[in-house]
Amino acid sequence: MARRVGIVAVAQTKFEEKPGVHIGELLYQASRDVMKQTGLEFKDDGTGIDCTVASGYDMMSGPGGAYMFLGYIVGAWQREDERVIEDGSMAVYYGAAQILSGHADVALVVGYSKETQIDKNLIECLSLDQIYQRRIGLDFVSSAALQAMRYTTKYGITPEQLAKVVVKARKNAKNNPYAYCCDSLSVQDVLRSTMLCDPIRVQEAKPTPVDGACALILANEEKAKKLTKKPVWITGVSSCYDHHELGYRDLADCDSLVTAASKAYKMAGITNPFKEFDVAEISEHYSYQEPLWYEGLGLCGKGQGGKLIDSGKTQMGGELPVNPSGGVLSGIPHCLAGMHSVVECALQLRGEAGDRQVKGAKKALAHGVDGPAGQLHCVITLEN
Amino acid sequence: MSQNIKKSVADIPEDTIVVEVQGHSNFLVTVGNTGHQFMLELKDNKTITGIKCPGCKKVYVPPRSHCPTCFVKMTEWVKLSGKGTLDTYTVVRYKEQYMPKEPPYAYGVIKLDGADTGIVHMIGGVDLNKIKVGMKMEPVFKEQREGSILDIEYFKPV
Repeated sequence: MARRVGIVAVAQTKFEEKPGVHIGELLYQASRDVMKQTGLEFKDDGTGIDCTVASGYDMMSGPGGAYMFLGYIVGAWQREDERVIEDGSMAVYYGAAQILSGHADVALVVGYSKETQIDKNLIECLSLDQIYQRRIGLDFVSSAALQAMRYTTKYGITPEQLAKVVVKARKNAKNNPYAYCCDSLSVQDVLRSTMLCDPIRVQEAKPTPVDGACALILANEEKAKKLTKKPVWITGVSSCYDHHELGYRDLADCDSLVTAASKAYKMAGITNPFKEFDVAEISEHYSYQEPLWYEGLGLCGKGQGGKLIDSGKTQMGGELPVNPSGGVLSGIPHCLAGMHSVVECALQLRGEAGDRQVKGAKKALAHGVDGPAGQLHCVITLEN
Repeated sequence: MSQNIKKSVADIPEDTIVVEVQGHSNFLVTVGNTGHQFMLELKDNKTITGIKCPGCKKVYVPPRSHCPTCFVKMTEWVKLSGKGTLDTYTVVRYKEQYMPKEPPYAYGVIKLDGADTGIVHMIGGVDLNKIKVGMKMEPVFKEQREGSILDIEYFKPV
């Protein structure tokens, strides 16, 4: 990257069912947290926060609402305030782009999701193609299941390998006080859980509903150095969309992730991601996605994701711990997961990740995904 | 109902004041010229048609107005036999209001002979436990057709 964008503060709420909490209250908590950490307020004279970028899906908050929730809550009204509808990683990307373009020096990036007040599967069905896919009742669960079956069949990925992903996630989540769901599941527990949508079992799908919010403050290099002693630098960022029509892709290969990752790595000068990254936070909404995204991210070869799980190298204490936070399988809401990945990576690089800290982490990989069967991927590389 | 799709609206404490927000708008989405031609063939001739890109020569089904790769307009229609190979499948075991039939039922991606893409549809006429990737499939059409992707009732093993 020509110039550097620094993350100067991050915050997250506890992830849980918060049925009595308004979205505004969720956003206020996370936003005020990062503003207090930095002492920054909204200012028009270039001495405070210049703009906001919010991620959150209107339909996920009760139809409509795009114009209501953020501005007055965080003091952004009468200011530049952008909306990103996809995964929260895209809001981080957009905030970084605003700073790199020189339009802003300091940006507040926030994301929320309130799954307790919506019917998640219905909303996801409604975001599919109206003419061909929605009519047959397809949704994100069944789309993912079609991908899971294709991937596991093509490459011989076993149910046990996928169950290990869930076991790892829930075990890691025990070290994360913000996590929704942590327990001592065994591989057998996962394999014995009810079949949801073959080959995906209930325990292999993201727990839902979960509510929560995240916030970050991004700043240009000069200001970042003044605002914190521990800036985390965004060294590379890229996203890529695949076709929404599932039959137009080979679901066993995540081409859009390969493209997003290679562009982000090129910006960051990363040539051997598995060796160079010290920690990764990858958005796995279903167990099969972790090994498949490993492949797309170039952490292993095509079809080798299951073996990488078996090797234990991505567990805590391994060569490249993946999802020390517990990841999406421990319950991060839709639309927020990728922003949460960035927040967790920033905590790791600041050495502030508590019991889930990967010692001495210098380079981190954050990933977000949205759309049916991994249509959109966003990859963000970070360094301290 | 599975744990994954429990409706937490019902879990909101009784003393919480809530506002019920309904989607007040219905949508009428036109299928466009390309979709129209495809739907007419389903309805009138029980035929699945693909559309061929003049650039890369790929045949797309379901058809779209222009090639997503070459970004050129596609106008050459290709009649397909409807037979194809099952690329992947799933069995839906949870229930939602928008589903066209009672679970359990199956979806598949069927790579049609003569096309370069797969079509997503339901699978029927087979024991759900006996569906296998690689099976040869063919469409079963509804008796009463209206010009809809649902004019294909499902694909069944040949």
